Amino acid sequence: MATETENAADAAHGAAEAGGAGMPQLDFSTFGNQIFWLVVTLVVIHFVLSKIALPRIAGVLSERQGTITSDLAAAEELKQKAVDAEEAYKKALADARAEAQKIVADAKADIQADLDAAQAKADAEIAAKTAESEKAIAEIRDGAIESTKEVAKDTAKEIVAAMGFSADARSVTSAVNARMKG
Amino acid sequence: MATEAHGEETGGLEFHPLDQFIVKPLFGEAGDPVAWYTITNVTLWMALAVIAIVALFVFGSRGRALVPTRTQSIGEILYGFTYKMVEDVAGKDAVKFFPYIMTLFMFILFANYLGLLPMSFATTSHIAVTAVLALGVFLTVTIVGFVKNGAGFLGLFWVSSAPLALRPILAIIELISYFVRPVSHSIRLGGNIMAGHAVMKVFAGFAAVAAISPFAVLSITAIYGLEMLVAGVQAYVFAILTCVYLKDALHPSH
Amino acid sequence: MEGDIAQLGQFIGAGLAGIGSGAAAIGVGHVAGNFLAGALRNPSAAGGQTATLFIGIAFAEALGIFSFLIALLLMFAV
Repeated sequence: MATETENAADAAHGAAEAGGAGMPQLDFSTFGNQIFWLVVTLVVIHFVLSKIALPRIAGVLSERQGTITSDLAAAEELKQKAVDAEEAYKKALADARAEAQKIVADAKADIQADLDAAQAKADAEIAAKTAESEKAIAEIRDGAIESTKEVAKDTAKEIVAAMGFSADARSVTSAVNARMKG
Repeated sequence: MATEAHGEETGGLEFHPLDQFIVKPLFGEAGDPVAWYTITNVTLWMALAVIAIVALFVFGSRGRALVPTRTQSIGEILYGFTYKMVEDVAGKDAVKFFPYIMTLFMFILFANYLGLLPMSFATTSHIAVTAVLALGVFLTVTIVGFVKNGAGFLGLFWVSSAPLALRPILAIIELISYFVRPVSHSIRLGGNIMAGHAVMKVFAGFAAVAAISPFAVLSITAIYGLEMLVAGVQAYVFAILTCVYLKDALHPSH
Repeated sequence: MEGDIAQLGQFIGAGLAGIGSGAAAIGVGHVAGNFLAGALRNPSAAGGQTATLFIGIAFAEALGIFSFLIALLLMFAV
């Protein structure tokens, strides 16, 4: 160090001998100090990070991930519920429509049945009346035929008597009957 | 010592771009010897880095908020970024080294950015610091490689896809490149930080001349912006190269 | 400045070592430029390769830093 003051060249030379005073990076006398403090620093940082900070941040991140996932799941569930509700609504609507149709059909069937019954009753009445009328007509006709026979017999007897013959009642009757049958 | 060495240069421009890297005791005289336990500016700025990391990661996430606060959000982003980097580059089974890589990454990142504060001391600009970091990575990777794969780790140097005649030559080249790794790993970081700070100091020296001082100030501003980028990128590169080396150790087959 | 011939050699050597920084700049430019060309061709694959880009830039830049270190060593440490 004493040579430093003599001249520039000597100063540079002396500095180099003293361990690179020109370049502080090569001043080996400070290396021990730097390395010691660096190791202390690194150990402290590593301890703080690996024991406290990193697990905590990892926990926060995974917790957030879990929250987001469960929120998404809840949203999915709600969506499913909405879909279910819509389906239930649609089903209720369809049911109501089917019910209404059934009621309409029932009413129609009832009316039809009443109608049919009324028709059948009316038909039966008409048929009965027709039969009665036919019977009456047949009676009348029979009656008419008998009267016609009587008339024809009487007329035939009278005509035969008028022509001067005495008519045998039996033969007249059989003749008239034969005629009437034919 | 260095200040004494510069003492007799007088007149004209004065460039002492490397004076900012001098390690000196915080208490006591400037020329006091630096023993291994002395509290120096290295101690101060490393302690500040520790405090910043603790503030960000421990106090920032104190609330364990489900919806993160701003500080907690930064910590979570750094965590996620580093975790994804380790998982993508080094593989899923390297996740147990994640705290180790996170420690290196965070220390370098915070030391770089704290070193960019005016009047501060850049601890990562010192070869001693970066060499210890890189040697730590080198030793970790080598030990992990041999513990995981046994002698199979040597397959890293035996390129089985190359023609047989070439393999010994390639093995030598691979071996050399393997042992150069800690050198380049440490000098890349230290050199980048030192170069950036030294360039800023050189331009600061130009600022003493009135005619070019506006240019010098603008240049310092621009270089400061560049150094902000470099500080982040170098920390990232150190961490990602650690991951790459770790991948080699865990899966040595080429 | 009047110095000895050794100092002259130091400064010349440091200046020559500074050329290495320019060479590293060319290398970094190559890496970044080719990445950009590839990224514009296939933008969807570019995002996953940012890490590779930074590794490439770091390797290219490290050599420039080595030359800068040589310059510093010549200037201050020899």
